[in-house]
Amino acid sequence: MLAATVRVTGDIDVAEECVQDAYARALATWSSSGIPVRPGAWLTTVARRRAIDMGRRRSTHERALPLLVERVAAPAPADLDAGPEIVDDRLRLIFTCCHPAIGMDARVALTLRLLCGLTTAEVARAFLVSEATMAARITRAKKKISMARIPYRVPPLEELPSRIDAVLTVVHLLYSTGHTAPVGADLIRRDLVERSLDLARVLRTLLPEDADVAGLLALILLTDARRATRLGDDGHLVLLADQDRAQWDQDAIGEGVALVRDALRRRPPGRFALMAAIAAVHAQAPSWDVTDWREIVGLYDVLVEIWPSPVVALNRAVAIGLAEGPEAGLAAVDALGSEPLLATYSYLASARADFLRLLGRSGEARSAYEEALLLSENAVEREFLADRLGQVEG
Amino acid sequence: MAEYLVLIYGDESALGTSDAETTNQMMKGHQVFGERNTAALRGGNALQSTATATSIRQAASGEFVVTDGPFAETKEALGGYYLVEAADLDEALALAKQIPMPFGGVEVRPIRTFD
Repeated sequence: MLAATVRVTGDIDVAEECVQDAYARALATWSSSGIPVRPGAWLTTVARRRAIDMGRRRSTHERALPLLVERVAAPAPADLDAGPEIVDDRLRLIFTCCHPAIGMDARVALTLRLLCGLTTAEVARAFLVSEATMAARITRAKKKISMARIPYRVPPLEELPSRIDAVLTVVHLLYSTGHTAPVGADLIRRDLVERSLDLARVLRTLLPEDADVAGLLALILLTDARRATRLGDDGHLVLLADQDRAQWDQDAIGEGVALVRDALRRRPPGRFALMAAIAAVHAQAPSWDVTDWREIVGLYDVLVEIWPSPVVALNRAVAIGLAEGPEAGLAAVDALGSEPLLATYSYLASARADFLRLLGRSGEARSAYEEALLLSENAVEREFLADRLGQVEG
Repeated sequence: MAEYLVLIYGDESALGTSDAETTNQMMKGHQVFGERNTAALRGGNALQSTATATSIRQAASGEFVVTDGPFAETKEALGGYYLVEAADLDEALALAKQIPMPFGGVEVRPIRTFD
């Protein structure tokens, strides 16, 4: 509804005001005349009519108002019915929120606020900052959109690949933040996971031919299929190796695997498709022990080539350990020891600790677990690490 | 339409020690940029180096303090600018990407209008 209204107003703040007006009108009207057959369309129509109204009133000092779009001729009320254009509106809004001229933090915040409809307070909670900080961040971003005239449109074909990537990065960041909350008492933030899944589905509807979009949706589905088994009854972290695979969401896995096949048809495959392919190998393995680790290492080899991130390199090192034994794994992990970006990353220390433990080098394993404990800020992860530390005898 | 100032920043020492070919290529690049975008260009100039700059600040007492050098010492100094007209930021960025920037980069800032 907001997306459709922005198209009329060309200004996000004004559009938000119109949408609020529409809800207020609904409260007043629906209580006497009953709820309309299509409440969503009713609200959108009212909000957009209000926007057109305001637009007419403002037209005298039009030039003073920064616009997001070249003003389109105000559509007649009959044209206001929903349809494919709502999909177009949402797509435009995603590209505006995730414009590279907006800072990464603000992109995620704007997407949650304007596309997912979270309140500023909810967005603030999701990122563990104060509401005032988040309000300032969102206001600043909206001001930039308006002052610098960041256009409200889908980029032209030649720019689309790089611009889609920015959108997918935001959705992926949203998902990862929800999948393992960086700090706090809960391991998983369901709300963020669900928002990211919704957005990935919207993108898939909007851009059905895009392999990266298919890859990201597959990745979220395949990883999230394990959600119910990642925490034990007592709230403890359960590793992939120990999860009850019978409880994995088979519908999500089926959908994800089909999407991976679709995404991998493109050469060379993109990073989301490769990550999804790795998740698919896990999802289809009957158990941890019979997982095809060589296939996983092979996929990481390709992934690290196109996306040389230290975190990807670390995951690859762990997979090498599982394919070739703890000795090889430790060597691969230690080869990354000088990587500055991993210096404060708890997973490097905990991966080292696991391989050292398997090699019977208890003393070293213990200090590595202690290091990981110092670096992790997620309560559930910390508990798991403390437990492992307790298992390693001195 | 809106106006944007594209500020060209670069490492002056790298510019000063660059070979003739790099300098020629940069000059040629600016020439091509100007020819291609006559409709959008509202102005532009190259600046002398920051060694020629003089800065003025006004103290609370109202007294002027004149000093040698640029307003802020930075590794990458303002070396020139273009004033361009564009429909939106994407159009302005597409213009700015055509500007030669062998020693740094450019900053795109919307011009503020008052009514």
